[in-house]
Amino acid sequence: MSTKEPILSVRDMRVEFKIKKQNALPWHQPDILRAVKGVSFDLAEGETLGIVGESGCGKSTLARAIIRMIPSQGGEVFWQGRDLMKMNEKDLLGIRKEIQMIFQDPLASLNPRLTAGQIIAEPLKTHHPNTSKDEVKKQVRELMEKVGLSARMINRYPHEFSGGQCQRIGIARALITNPKLIICDEPVSALDVSVQAQVVNLLMDLQKELGLSLLFIAHDLSVVKHISNRIMVLEFGDIAEIGEAHDVIHNPQSPYTKELINAVPIPDPIAERKRIAERRALEAKA
Amino acid sequence: MMVDVQKMEQLADNLAAQEEVVGRSLFADARRRFFKNKAAVVSLILLCGVFLFSTFGHMIAVWSNEEIDWGILGQIAELGAPSIENGHYFGADELGRDLFARVVQGTQISLMVGIIGALIAVVVGTLYGAIAGYSGGKVDNVMMRIVDILQSIPYMFVLILLLVVFGRSIFMLFVGIGLISWLDMSRIARGQTLTLKNKEFVEAAIATGVKPITIILRHIVPNLLGVVVVYSTLLVPQMILTESFISFLGLGVQEPNTSWGAMIAEGAGTMQYGTLWQLAFPMFFFIITLFSFFFIGDGLRDALDPKDR
Repeated sequence: MSTKEPILSVRDMRVEFKIKKQNALPWHQPDILRAVKGVSFDLAEGETLGIVGESGCGKSTLARAIIRMIPSQGGEVFWQGRDLMKMNEKDLLGIRKEIQMIFQDPLASLNPRLTAGQIIAEPLKTHHPNTSKDEVKKQVRELMEKVGLSARMINRYPHEFSGGQCQRIGIARALITNPKLIICDEPVSALDVSVQAQVVNLLMDLQKELGLSLLFIAHDLSVVKHISNRIMVLEFGDIAEIGEAHDVIHNPQSPYTKELINAVPIPDPIAERKRIAERRALEAKA
Repeated sequence: MMVDVQKMEQLADNLAAQEEVVGRSLFADARRRFFKNKAAVVSLILLCGVFLFSTFGHMIAVWSNEEIDWGILGQIAELGAPSIENGHYFGADELGRDLFARVVQGTQISLMVGIIGALIAVVVGTLYGAIAGYSGGKVDNVMMRIVDILQSIPYMFVLILLLVVFGRSIFMLFVGIGLISWLDMSRIARGQTLTLKNKEFVEAAIATGVKPITIILRHIVPNLLGVVVVYSTLLVPQMILTESFISFLGLGVQEPNTSWGAMIAEGAGTMQYGTLWQLAFPMFFFIITLFSFFFIGDGLRDALDPKDR
């Protein structure tokens, strides 16, 4: 992967939140929570980088800071050589077309008052406002078929779809502007295991077909292992480990990663007993 | 087993040709639930009746609202009672005018005040609240403190002052009611916006690069509508009450115009002379309308929010 020029490189990303103490007076200094403490990584074209870590370790915050949905307190993000952090709103709009996002809760990420067709068409209408109605509809129908939804459903509302179907609508919405990078913020953790597999495989197929790069956030190691080329392990806003997926899973270097991997249950009683014993040993050492 | 191949093929063709399933929107669902609520449906019918009465009532009336029936003037208590024969269906008022025509006229003005007042509240209040809530931070603070300040002024006092200073007119009444009616609405809209703006579909729109004003109009306001619709049906009677109170005090609409409040005031003043119909008829329409609006509001709330029943 290192032979290719990175499409996205993040350098020393820092995000801080000010937290007001209870009963604080206006002149009191707020507490500062360092959610992301200087994270750097590269992402090549067509590559999938899995980001794992326990809840609250800054995975989603990092993703949102990269596309400037929340302000960051330092760091640089180079998108095809241009620094996103120094861009004005107008240039940023052009970039937003190329970086799309998929969200955790499939139903909550769709406006309940709009039909599936309107939801999928929104990015297209935002970035290409002059597209004719028929053209928009044609593209929406094509995409719905591509993500495995019947185009007949175009006038249905989100509450009439199942969780997996809603996530497919979310994916279609992310794809309609032909993006180069899709940030997946725990796209499958709200779904049933069998549906998870379908959605992950759909993402992998689409990636192969369209040459997308993926930033895949999850707290489930087995899903990440399946989809990622490389894995980055976050520990309280810091990188604990980053490397090839196979190496990270089978030969973890940092104790935090070892603990994470040991926390994954194995569907085999004998191996599971061994895992629990190992985990106890690890905990005793710590 | 015999299978009618032709029929099966036809069925398959039908299924394939079935274009674009029509979705059931949340409002369509709510409408279905609303029409199952008997009290609300009866209220809706009554309200429609009041509307029809106010728009077409003057066609049925024998007397116009300006004519004075000289034949009964001075003997209202004896001759002015409601009767079909002399054309005074609701009786006559103290000046010998036909009460039926007067009630039609009063209904028009009271409904107009209620609906226009509520309309101002819905449009201004919703947009103001949604913008404040969505912007957040300092903008939100400043905008809501303005609402606080306006709300802390005793509005009845301001309204009376307005009417005294600029003269009594229906227009001034609208201005005064419009000034105060949107305050509560903006608070409600803001509160709802705060919970909506952290939903993922708003985040998705931000990530796509949709403009803030488009997000407010396309994603926030339609999702506010449920609450807004319910609140506005409760606001209409509130506006009617306010106008009636002002008119009851003698500051609202001016003769020859009239409203329910003004008519109730007149009727209450002549109660002791045995002309109870002058109080009863305006009061009847007033109460019917208020109750109808309240029941419709209740029904809408249940229909739009089935979880909260």
